[in-house]
Amino acid sequence: MLNLYTRRRVINALGLSVSVLAMLFGLFWLCWILFTLLDQGLPALAPAVFTQMTPPPGSAGGLLNAIAGSLMMTLVGTLIGTPIGILAGTYLAEFGQRGWMAPITRFINDVLLSAPSIVIGLFVYEIYVIRVKHFSGWAGALALSILVIPIVIRTTENMLRLVPSTLREAAAALGAPQWKVINFVTLRAARAGIITGVLLAVARISGETAPLLFTALNNQFWSSNMDKPLANLPVVIFQFAMSPYEDWQNLAWAGALLITFSVLTLNIVARVLFRQSATTH
Amino acid sequence: MNIETVANPKIIVKDLNFYYGNFRALKDISLSIPEKMVTSFIGPSGCGKSTLLRTFNRMYQLYPKQKATGEILLDGTDILDKKQDLNMLRAKIGMVFQKPTPFPMSIHDNIAFGVKLYENLNKNQMDERVEWALRKAALWTEAKDKLRQSGTSLSGGQQQRLCIARAIAVKPQVLLLDEPTSALDPISTAHIELLIDELKEDFTIVIVTHNMQQAARVSDFTAYMYLGDLIEFGDTSSVFTNPKRKETEDYITGRFG
Repeated sequence: MLNLYTRRRVINALGLSVSVLAMLFGLFWLCWILFTLLDQGLPALAPAVFTQMTPPPGSAGGLLNAIAGSLMMTLVGTLIGTPIGILAGTYLAEFGQRGWMAPITRFINDVLLSAPSIVIGLFVYEIYVIRVKHFSGWAGALALSILVIPIVIRTTENMLRLVPSTLREAAAALGAPQWKVINFVTLRAARAGIITGVLLAVARISGETAPLLFTALNNQFWSSNMDKPLANLPVVIFQFAMSPYEDWQNLAWAGALLITFSVLTLNIVARVLFRQSATTH
Repeated sequence: MNIETVANPKIIVKDLNFYYGNFRALKDISLSIPEKMVTSFIGPSGCGKSTLLRTFNRMYQLYPKQKATGEILLDGTDILDKKQDLNMLRAKIGMVFQKPTPFPMSIHDNIAFGVKLYENLNKNQMDERVEWALRKAALWTEAKDKLRQSGTSLSGGQQQRLCIARAIAVKPQVLLLDEPTSALDPISTAHIELLIDELKEDFTIVIVTHNMQQAARVSDFTAYMYLGDLIEFGDTSSVFTNPKRKETEDYITGRFG
């Protein structure tokens, strides 16, 4: 007779090994990607990457204009998208119990959250780029902000819903009007979670290529004019990696390495922030 | 068990009915709460004791499907009247909840939050008020060196006393306590019960508790409720030693509930 204990041990060992194998399978590709990036990107990561502009084929250069353009558009996109996202998320969480507006907004937001980013690029191309008749940094930032908004709305609403209703009641019981309850108590209680959401949104948009192809396009030279086509890392990587020139390809690897590790850092910062808030509550 | 039994009423409830949607949670409640005394509401879970307490500051108005009918007179004015300013009402009637609810800010700011809603104090006056409230709530000696630290860094019992300090800092006339010790250990509970005894010199206190011994220890008057009805109301010693109704006797002797 196979006793109960042995049977449980066998099933446990089986389950555990299948889970570990699945984990290793996933991790394997991730490590491979990171390894390839480091292998190809690190040698290309010379100081010139941060000091020189994107070169014509066959000559030396760097990615300074693309890095600066990416930072500018990500910053502006985040600055436009974050307030709208936080305000809308607050509306959904704090006022969205009654009426028909909130459920519809929530549904549209979910659609927007999963919309392919190329569609958003085309949309901005259609409503902005065509009208002003040229590509520009503003258009890129606009497209990125449309990607930021649904992410921030979703995390803000979720984080505010995690705030216990007794906290709202306690503030209301002191006679605080609703706007003060929201500003000084519930938003504050959800602060770390909302910041995490914003950081994740930044991480998401800093690698987006498709929306920028139709909006900011690219610029071979240094430019800080948001009203002109603006260089940016994703599009430069796209263009350089597809090219037949080896020095361009190397720069593309360096750019890919930069984006990946900035996103990784942002993700880690977001997690650390969130964990800290979880232990203090 | 009627209005006349109380000599100096602060709150008079007349024919109060309360509804959660279509469910009638309070049925024709009438009683009076004496000024500067402790009144406790006891009864099994779901009897409506918390619901009754929450009508006194119209807490239910946060939720669209809840409504109350009847009259609740605070010093003679009907607080259920639509014309009653909700925030001014809540300035007069403070509340402390079952679970400690410190706001995500420093101990000092937790107390200043409520005060700032009604008074424009300079920094010194505010510091004095914070100290006064913390002393009243018997938390000053423990908290005086960490006023700038987060309120959530305190222990559960200290957090609850912080919430009491926050409620009395506004200088209300009535203090509503909704099972204030049910989430606390026995030592913290004893602290708070002592505190209630001291606070009744200045405030009218209404406490909901599911701990009958606590009601017997801290309150001057006791109301026993069951399924939305007020079964018995009277001074605590007679409710506990010589209940008029059989249902009350069954409950307090533990034969039921």
